[in-house]
Amino acid sequence: MKLIEAIIKPFKLDEVKDALNEIGITGITVSEVKGFGRQKGHTELYRGAEYVVDFIPKIKLEIAVADELVAKVVETIENTAKTGRIGDGKIFILPMEEAIRIRTGEKGGEAI
Amino acid sequence: MKCKLSIIKLLLVALTVLAPLAVLAEEAKSPDAPATAPAAVAPAAVPAAAPVAAAPAAAPAAAPKTVDPVLNTGDTAWMLVAAALVLLMTPGLGFFYGGMVRSKNMLSTLMHSYVAMGIVVVQWAVIGYSLAFGPDAFMGLLGDTSKAMMHGLITFKDGAPVFALFQNVTTEPGAIPEYVFSLYQCMFAVITVALISGAIAERIKFSAWCLFVLLWTTIVYDPLAHWVWMVDGWLFKKGALDFAGGTVVHLSSGISALAAIMFLGKRHGFPTERMAPHNLPFTLLGVGLLWFGWFGFNAGSAIVGVNCSDAAGGLAGLAFTTTTIAPAAAGLSWMIAEWIHSGKPSALGFGSGVVAGLVVITPAAGFVEPGAALIMGIIAGVVCYMGVLMKAKFKYDDSLDVFGVHGIGGTTGALLTGVFATVGATGLLSGNVQQFITQLVAIAAAGGYAFIMTLVIAFVLEKTIGLRVEKEDEIIGLDQTQHSESAYN
Repeated sequence: MKLIEAIIKPFKLDEVKDALNEIGITGITVSEVKGFGRQKGHTELYRGAEYVVDFIPKIKLEIAVADELVAKVVETIENTAKTGRIGDGKIFILPMEEAIRIRTGEKGGEAI
Repeated sequence: MKCKLSIIKLLLVALTVLAPLAVLAEEAKSPDAPATAPAAVAPAAVPAAAPVAAAPAAAPAAAPKTVDPVLNTGDTAWMLVAAALVLLMTPGLGFFYGGMVRSKNMLSTLMHSYVAMGIVVVQWAVIGYSLAFGPDAFMGLLGDTSKAMMHGLITFKDGAPVFALFQNVTTEPGAIPEYVFSLYQCMFAVITVALISGAIAERIKFSAWCLFVLLWTTIVYDPLAHWVWMVDGWLFKKGALDFAGGTVVHLSSGISALAAIMFLGKRHGFPTERMAPHNLPFTLLGVGLLWFGWFGFNAGSAIVGVNCSDAAGGLAGLAFTTTTIAPAAAGLSWMIAEWIHSGKPSALGFGSGVVAGLVVITPAAGFVEPGAALIMGIIAGVVCYMGVLMKAKFKYDDSLDVFGVHGIGGTTGALLTGVFATVGATGLLSGNVQQFITQLVAIAAAGGYAFIMTLVIAFVLEKTIGLRVEKEDEIIGLDQTQHSESAYN
């Protein structure tokens, strides 16, 4: 089992969600996050007062998947979240020790 | 440098296009002007304010024939609405300012405006109206106390109420109840002091602000209103033009804002920390409310218009027109100036431009024609945009640009009124140099008086109860530390 974390542009969320649904992913956790990468921040100007915004809003997806699905999920996210411009985001793949469904107590692949 | 040049170029282009238009309009108008003037020709080229029942002696000496006032219900209906419109400007101002502060100071900033509605209205009823519009007590500087508690506005004859009437022009009968006039003027007093709150936002102690409101209205506003709008006020007698309060309201509050922050100092963290507006939608909503209320402010001011006994007539229509055109042009000119200068047309910029246009047209609203209003609007947006940029340059902390918009806008408006006036008065463009000089005198006198007295008030408050909150309280935010509330939960 793996935990896939993807940081994407906020406006891409719906597209990515729909695409993941299509390949049979049944659960995603979504958070609104802020940060910076190569895109850096931007400046805002209010009546001549300039403020640098260092952290830009992004969406973080967390998806737990069985090993054999990892490649497909990564490919789907890559294809749908990509705009080709700087700031498209990143995908991290983390090992996952265990998954438990709270309602039934099922574990492992059954719980995902 | 290049950007500055482009702004100047833009301004020049606009001027060269529009100036001939205005001149044309002026030429077309001038032949009719004598014909439209009343045959009786009251000499004053200024608003006449003569509360008849209480102060018949106040009538201009040269008026040929005085007629008894007759209640005009149409005028009264409009003035009741106009007064309510002007009251609405103060909550509008609260939201205009509130949107521009950080979220931890939202309620505090709203309260600066709202509490003025409480304090100033009470002060007005008790003594303010009398000080401003009572019979002259001393050399045209201040009214006496004979109308304290609004005394004399109602009397009883055989048990039936008799309402005192306010007659604008003594040669014509049109009049409204003095209660309506008094309350209309009351709303002006409320918003004027509230305007100052933008400069001292995010760091003033609430108790100090409450006292400031009371003292400033009594010591600065009431005398100024007497000088400029009362028939025996000294600037009124000099012939200074101020249709709806460019000098009394905007210039005075803008200059006073500057004086107040000299004692108050900068906000903690200014200018390095991020102090971006927390809710610009509120600010733009405030702009809308202000513009809407301003129709009462300017078009209602026909009640003290030149040789005009109609509060709801042609002069009100003219003021309504200029109050629509100037802010529209100013919103655009600020937006375009910002677009050229810093690359993007901002929403805050457009909104600020609208307010700048309203400020600049206020003293001129019923004295100029639409062509001049258009030019004044364009100038307003560009001049006030530069006024606001000054803050970044000189590093003084006028939190929400009261001086940049109202101080500079009010001064510009008062000057330009002396340039463009064609209706019921003449300005520089019509060859009246004296009028322009009178405007300068009025600006210097009102501005100087407001500045010095505000320094005194701020000094006294600073030495007694202290103007500013503790540094820690300021960082936590005034909502929590001054009011034990938070705006958003």
